[in-house]
Amino acid sequence: MSVASVLQSMDYGLAPEASGPAEAWLKMHDATFGHFFDGAWVKGAKHFDSINPATGKKLANIAEASAADVDAAVTAARAAQPGWAKLGGHGRARFLYALARLVQKHARLFAVLETMDNGKPIRESRDIDIPLVARHFYHHAGWAQLIESEFADHEPLGVVGQVIPWNFPLLMLAWKIAPALAAGNAVVLKPAEDTSLTALLFAEICQEAKLPNGVVNIVTGAGETGRAVIEHPGIDKIAFTGSTEVGRLIRIATAGTGKKLTLELGGKSPFIVFDDADLDAAVEGAVDAIWFNQGQVCCAGSRLLVQEGVAGKLYAKLRARMEHLRVGDPLDKNTDIGAIVSPKQRAQIEGLVKQGVAEGATLFQPKAICPEGCFYPPTLLSNVEPASTLAQTEIFGPVLVSMTFRTPAEAVQLANNTRYGLAASIWSENINVALDLAPKIKAGVVWVNCTNQFDASAGFGGYRESGFGREGGREGMFEYLRRKHTAKPQKSAEPAPALSPVEIDGIDRTAKLYIGGKQTRPDSGYSRAVLDPKGELIAQVGEGNRKDIRNAVEAAAKAESWAATTGHARAQILYYCAENLSARASEFAARIRCMTGASAAAARREVEVSIRRLFTYAAWADKLDGAIHDPPLRGVVLAMNEPLGVTGLACPDEAPLLGLISLMAPAIAMGNRVVVVPSESHPLAATDFYQVLETSDVPAGVVNIVTGARDSLALTLAEHANVDALWYFGPRAGVAAIEKASAADLKQTWTGDIHQVPWLDTSEGEGRHFLRHATQVKNIWIPYGA
Amino acid sequence: MSNVQPIKSPVEHARNPGMAFDADVIDGLRVNRSAAERRTATLGARRSVKKEYQAAWLLKAVQCIDLTTLAGDDTPGRVRRLCAKARRPVRADLLEAMGVSGITTGAVCVYHNMVETAVEALAGTAIPVAAVSTGFPAGLSPLSTRLKEIELSVAAGAREIDIVIDRGHILTGNHKAVYEEMKLFRAACGSAHVKAIIGAGDLGTLTNVAKASMVCMMAGADFIKTSTGKEPTNATLPFALIMTRMIRAYGEMTGTRIGFKPAGGISTAKDALGYQIVMKEELGRPWLEPDLFRLGASSLLTDIERQLEHYVTGHYSAAHRHPMG
Repeated sequence: MSVASVLQSMDYGLAPEASGPAEAWLKMHDATFGHFFDGAWVKGAKHFDSINPATGKKLANIAEASAADVDAAVTAARAAQPGWAKLGGHGRARFLYALARLVQKHARLFAVLETMDNGKPIRESRDIDIPLVARHFYHHAGWAQLIESEFADHEPLGVVGQVIPWNFPLLMLAWKIAPALAAGNAVVLKPAEDTSLTALLFAEICQEAKLPNGVVNIVTGAGETGRAVIEHPGIDKIAFTGSTEVGRLIRIATAGTGKKLTLELGGKSPFIVFDDADLDAAVEGAVDAIWFNQGQVCCAGSRLLVQEGVAGKLYAKLRARMEHLRVGDPLDKNTDIGAIVSPKQRAQIEGLVKQGVAEGATLFQPKAICPEGCFYPPTLLSNVEPASTLAQTEIFGPVLVSMTFRTPAEAVQLANNTRYGLAASIWSENINVALDLAPKIKAGVVWVNCTNQFDASAGFGGYRESGFGREGGREGMFEYLRRKHTAKPQKSAEPAPALSPVEIDGIDRTAKLYIGGKQTRPDSGYSRAVLDPKGELIAQVGEGNRKDIRNAVEAAAKAESWAATTGHARAQILYYCAENLSARASEFAARIRCMTGASAAAARREVEVSIRRLFTYAAWADKLDGAIHDPPLRGVVLAMNEPLGVTGLACPDEAPLLGLISLMAPAIAMGNRVVVVPSESHPLAATDFYQVLETSDVPAGVVNIVTGARDSLALTLAEHANVDALWYFGPRAGVAAIEKASAADLKQTWTGDIHQVPWLDTSEGEGRHFLRHATQVKNIWIPYGA
Repeated sequence: MSNVQPIKSPVEHARNPGMAFDADVIDGLRVNRSAAERRTATLGARRSVKKEYQAAWLLKAVQCIDLTTLAGDDTPGRVRRLCAKARRPVRADLLEAMGVSGITTGAVCVYHNMVETAVEALAGTAIPVAAVSTGFPAGLSPLSTRLKEIELSVAAGAREIDIVIDRGHILTGNHKAVYEEMKLFRAACGSAHVKAIIGAGDLGTLTNVAKASMVCMMAGADFIKTSTGKEPTNATLPFALIMTRMIRAYGEMTGTRIGFKPAGGISTAKDALGYQIVMKEELGRPWLEPDLFRLGASSLLTDIERQLEHYVTGHYSAAHRHPMG
């Protein structure tokens, strides 16, 4: 091209990043890779191709790990882990720091390799992915350094199995490996089969850093290899990022195994634009939201919700902006949108867009030419209604669907009208509007006047079917640690026979259920016998069933305002409960004696500790402060502790009163509404407690109690889509059933780590770890600037 | 050898007739500073011009330079030297090697007292003389004096007038007053094109930058210009971003194209490319030509010449190899 002709056209021309060094690296390995076990390369038996999606050309042979390979990796990790843990925080910090430095030293090689393997534009791998990787290792070197002081009484889990996706291959590796290592775990990581290369280069820098052998093990392969990792009995925790569909399978596969689980899954995140937003800024935000990484981002702002009055104006600006987006060679520095990761994904995107158009959406794609091959143009589909497939289905491509709203309340309704809850973006220059909306949107991350911001210091993770657990920040570290305690298996309850009502001690006191602030008869019309330790009938309680659970959940859902009730007011109510329980202490003690045969002193003590515990959580109600994170940005990131919502509590059999109080009090102190299934064999402490609730100003629906067969009632709770979380303190068999059932909507479950809690103990039986399970962290990013 | 046409004059597109003052438009402007800064921080990384493309873009930048001297020690000799440089901004051997000719700067920009000297020195070229006016740089002389200054400069042969607005009016929300004064300036300019300097670095917020830009266009400015070069902060990419977005918004309202001139502190070829990329991305190809884009600069040209020599020879260059202006 002559200078003179460019003077006429004023085009950008090509600015390709050299791929030579990455190709040389591949060549050095004869373009064939094995697995990385125990600090060394192990040849693979079978291989599959790694393809550059932009060119369709083969890059390398990647080994396919068999179950035996995975077993070898787990064995190596298992052997290495105790030494790694013993190294201590500072010792591990030195290695994590070395990894951070090495990522930076090889930054361009990582970036080019990532772009060749994944198809993402070099600008993104160079300026976003790789710097965030280095940042993640630096940040977690810091957590390792501080672990003994900041996470006292915690220990590593052991060996962690990690399965990561293809959209941010090295960044997801960093999100997984850095916290796991900082906490003292060893890892077995499986990259996605489409994008293994940067993980293999990372294995090399582990060698370069002289990381102890076996601390990091990389196995490559597809779904079967992933399954072998997930199902391996020698693994203590699974961390997965990927599709909701696979996440569900993993939840089922790990149910009842005692493996800790975090899932970071799909999304259909709303991008909400108010009429008082800087619309040009919002347009640029949309570019970063949905045309970043070809839209293959779990938290992509893929649902544009725009206030009706400015919709036309915004669409016009968006269309004009889209004409400037350049689709093409990912290695070209002028490329905005690179290649879709594989032809299969591309076909899926195309199919969904066709379906959207068939359902009546208006399609816009810019005139600029989209290259042949595995590329897809930026796409705007307007006139999409909530009932359209595309408003609900994750497309995972450069496709923005839009709809309009009228009021802030309607924006919230539309934003939350989804099974997902990963992220949201709110655009308004009015701080009142933006900060009012942020807590109302069900999402783990909310970006105000920005989007797709990530940092190691701020936790990332979802609500609802977007998964559970957080990555990054203090909250992310807890996912790789457990409290130190001695384990004792829990006893299962003897099933009690259902009886017809019987008269006891003169006046019939058949206890009913407690739903929506009222004592109600069980739907079944049956009662169940409550026996003393000698087997004598002492009373009867309602035999709750599915419908009673349904009604209780309905009542709890309605009591939504409890979440917005001030901590101060919630504290008053908990203190009042304690006061009223105290007034009837001897009555409750007598009841405990009668049910359990406990000594008078033990029964009195259980009541006393229950009163203390109510005080503890009354005290906490206004004190579980959030945090302000400090990522590199002018602004604040607010980490807010939010209640989970409607929480099911399946109480332990032992400690009939204290077990109930120990679960109920932290849950409601944090603003949750609860549906309680009390001790199955000793339910009378709970039914007596109705009167305490009634006299203590607990609003209707905040606490609902359904007596009956714990495991079947808990199962109904686990399956109920309007229950946000379930705590289950029963036997292991029950744990498996409820974890499996929870996969239906991927609700969070807490099973007390399958250790029997010494309820009377104030360090084990109460405190921050209960509060952490009663809340989830929402990170709200608020950049500012006058 | 391709002869590159000098600046089209009079400009191809219609001049800005202005529009009635519309307070709703001004009040409705919203600028989010963090988002603007994020856009400008990433824009340079999103676009890159290399090799012959870079040479061409830099030559285009030369064509858009308002080669400027605005100093207390300006003399006719100094201005004549500058004008000679404006006629031949790039060494002939370099132009020949690149296969182009006929490159001049966009204009020469001086104080009123130097207009006649500059007009004489540029005789026989199409290069216009621009005069800074209206009590530059503060713009706080009596209105009658400011208007008279414009008339005198136009009479002396200035074809472009760079006026300054009263920043105090913007800071106190008196947009109507800016509008009225700007209208008078525009009328006093007659056929000379008027560039409105908003003094962005004095305005405190990007929202004020947006409002000042909009009100000047409403009152008939042909160009909006960031700075006098005398404010604590001169041209910046965020100012450029917001001002170009206002040009776009004004174009959507009226169909009229307005030019943009960043000025002050633009001293490297890389800076110039940064502004050119903003123009192309936010406004489009037409805004890379001198009828819609100018760079107010004095030392920029030397750096561009060095880059062009590097393109031609493959060796890094030095300032002393290029004739001074």
